[in-house]
Amino acid sequence: MNWKLTTTAMGLALLASTGLASAAGELNIYNWGNYTSPEMIKKFESENDVKVTITDYDSNDTALAKIRQGGHGFDMVVPSQNYMPIWIEEGLLLESRPDEMSNYKNVAKEWADPDFDKGRHYSVPWAQGTVGVVVNTDVYKGDINTWGIIFDTPDELKGKVNVVPEMTDVIDAAVLYNGGKKCTGDLEILKKVRDTLVKAKPNWVAMEYGTIEKMLAGDFSAGSDWNGSALRQRLQNPAIKYGYPKEGYVNWSDNLVVLKDAKNVDNAKLFQNFMMDPENAGMNSSFHRYANGIAGSDAFMPAEMKGAPEVEIPAEFLPNGVPSQTCPPEVQEHYTKIWTELQK
Amino acid sequence: MARYFSVQHQPGFTAMAVICFVALYAPILILVVYAFNGGESIASWQGFSLRWFEKAWNNEQVIGASWRSVKIASAAAVLATIAATMAALATTRTKPYRGLTLKYAFINQPLMVPEIVTAVALLIFFSRIKVATGYSGLGYLIIAHTAFCIPFAYLPIRARLESMNLTLEQAAADLYATPWMTFRRITLPLLWPGILAGLMLAFVISLDDVVITNFVKSGGQDTLPTYMLGQLRRAITPEMNAISTVFLLLSVGIVTLFFFVSRKRD
Amino acid sequence: MARAQEIANQAERKDIRNRWILSAPALLIILFAATGPLLIVLVYSFLTPGPYGDVKWQFSWDAWTSVLLERDIFDDTLSLADAHLSILWRSVRLALGTTVLTALFGFPTAYFIATRPAGSRDIWLFLITIPFWTNLLIRTFAVLEIIRNEGIVNSLLIKLGVIQQPIQMLFTDFAIMIGMVYVYLPLMVLPLYASMEKIDFRLVEAGYDLYATRFKVLRRIIFPLVKPGVIAGSILVFIPSLGAYVTPSVLGGGKNMMLGNLIELQFGQGRNWPLGGALSITLMLIVMVALLAYVRNAGTAEVRHG
Repeated sequence: MNWKLTTTAMGLALLASTGLASAAGELNIYNWGNYTSPEMIKKFESENDVKVTITDYDSNDTALAKIRQGGHGFDMVVPSQNYMPIWIEEGLLLESRPDEMSNYKNVAKEWADPDFDKGRHYSVPWAQGTVGVVVNTDVYKGDINTWGIIFDTPDELKGKVNVVPEMTDVIDAAVLYNGGKKCTGDLEILKKVRDTLVKAKPNWVAMEYGTIEKMLAGDFSAGSDWNGSALRQRLQNPAIKYGYPKEGYVNWSDNLVVLKDAKNVDNAKLFQNFMMDPENAGMNSSFHRYANGIAGSDAFMPAEMKGAPEVEIPAEFLPNGVPSQTCPPEVQEHYTKIWTELQK
Repeated sequence: MARYFSVQHQPGFTAMAVICFVALYAPILILVVYAFNGGESIASWQGFSLRWFEKAWNNEQVIGASWRSVKIASAAAVLATIAATMAALATTRTKPYRGLTLKYAFINQPLMVPEIVTAVALLIFFSRIKVATGYSGLGYLIIAHTAFCIPFAYLPIRARLESMNLTLEQAAADLYATPWMTFRRITLPLLWPGILAGLMLAFVISLDDVVITNFVKSGGQDTLPTYMLGQLRRAITPEMNAISTVFLLLSVGIVTLFFFVSRKRD
Repeated sequence: MARAQEIANQAERKDIRNRWILSAPALLIILFAATGPLLIVLVYSFLTPGPYGDVKWQFSWDAWTSVLLERDIFDDTLSLADAHLSILWRSVRLALGTTVLTALFGFPTAYFIATRPAGSRDIWLFLITIPFWTNLLIRTFAVLEIIRNEGIVNSLLIKLGVIQQPIQMLFTDFAIMIGMVYVYLPLMVLPLYASMEKIDFRLVEAGYDLYATRFKVLRRIIFPLVKPGVIAGSILVFIPSLGAYVTPSVLGGGKNMMLGNLIELQFGQGRNWPLGGALSITLMLIVMVALLAYVRNAGTAEVRHG
């Protein structure tokens, strides 16, 4: 009777489905999408006999929410510097002491002892960059170095602007555009911010993370974006340029940390050390096109990144940069409320 | 005077039907065609090439996710079919008894609730359990999939069972067969095509699920659909077309099998 | 004789008990991983949101009031939450639109299949369900590729000289509706077909014999006979469309949210699980109302033509 055969097959399938992993170890990384060099991961996997899985997230808030609810199964995350104090305070991070690891000496001076992680007890620099605007200069020939591109959209770009829905980035931009200081709690300014955003939204075509492909395909002609993403776009279409808004733009950095409830702590520490090696950091940067905080990695980065205005901020725009920082909780609450209102 | 209208034709209906069929298949075919595009973008055709299939094959995340999808779908389909078979035996070919309609509604409940609601409910429920027990393996996904696969496995089994009349089994009983023997030697073989159909249906449904899996998954537990969802939201390349084509072939293959099995007249 | 009755009763009770045992695994699994958790959602909708997601175990009506009302951030006035209402309205509008469109397209298609010769009907049915079995994401992706600015539709229109610039179809409500119609069309065709298959076409012929026009036949004979199918199909399309999440996410560009996306937001950036729970329950209530309407209608329809 052939149903006996089928039953046995089913049973085998069931057994196979509970199969065990074959590598010596595992590492589960939770990172921004499109932000990890597959080549670099393969290198780490073969050097350490570890199976790495990478799961993507789009925003700091999603990552924080997911980890806070517990039972997530991740070992490492890559939060931005302005969220680091929150992660530390909430007790979500393991004090893995990168400053005591062998490759710590490679961390660039200016990143070795930052305010958000004194003495680098928790984190390792992953990448740093800025938030600005990308514009397809074939469509718009005017001044691109202003937040007016997204908040007061010129006619040629109306209906073709995308805004990446990272809450802190967008609200910071609106605050700076309205003359306020980052993390201001001034209700007058916040009211203006809310109005600016609500007024600008009809001119936007989307609020998406997938900017590269859509800018190249012409679905978007401009938008807010991160510099590395802008560089990747320019390399495929020279007309797409990155603008440093004169009202002020934010300098951010992302940092690799180990989670307190990680299951693979040793592998995680190995990876933190691995990322502080100039060659590996350089390999990673070649993929995501952002600068990293490891000295000596320049030697391993491709030529088109050297001197690129997206990576090395031109002197004229340097003074407009504002470092990213954590806002006090009441201000965070205001920001969240404004953001929710924007989501109509 | 009497103009005879053919029953088969209503004005425009055939045209509309043909348009529908074409419109249903065209987007998928275009997607498949572009999987073979040598170039980078969808707009320009740059020669036939298999490079995107190669890229997908070498993409660890894709292979891992696919394998995980198959694992979960196999386990869920088997479990769901077993549960559904038992439930079908319990709820068919009987006079209505107390609780029958309730049972029936209960078994089909996953079909009536929008997926996002179930997904959210499971997110909350499982995260409490995950924190309490510390276990965060594939078990949650498997059981969630089993739950919504049960109604899908149930339907064909029930249909098959209802079309089987009791005389053969009654004859066996007359011949002093125990209920278990009757089940094993008569009911089960007769029911088998229904069970097989249910199994395949459950497998495809589990393979396809994206919403519930997206909410319930833990670290490193992407299935192929959740991986694709992530890519669709962030970085679309023809690699997606290649992955979609392979996935398509798999689903269509299984459904074609299902079609032939359920067509079999005994 | 009473003894025989007793034995019969006992056997019956045993039978029922066995049936309960048999159905236990299915019922337990569904209780654990489908129905039970819904109660938890209800409970959570009455709690307070935690600072970074999750909840604080403190009773609060806030989630439920914020479904329909909101407090202005700056002047604290209470007003209708038009953010939520517009999303709700968009969801209902698009779901209804999808249902109507699928019915419009599905009706001729089902009729066509039902009037094919008996042997080939199976094949046609099979052909219409294949797209249904391909993954939702693949189908949504296929629609995305077609309607985007560089996609086939725009390229064709530009080539034919009908338009100069590509029409912005992607990231609009229209895109979402097209996506949903594409995805749910087979769900409408199948029940319609099931109804139509049962039509005794001699009635239709009789209609023609009595000098009725085609349109009259359609209206007076065919349509009333397939009404149960139309209603079943409408429910099968309306419910998933209302709770759609993937299609509006991919085709709507994050700007045009439907209820499903709004719910998802509360569990991510929105950090308001209780509100997410309240919105989910609201969605379920709307679905239940629709289902009730179906049960009512289907019941009377069958009685009328029974």
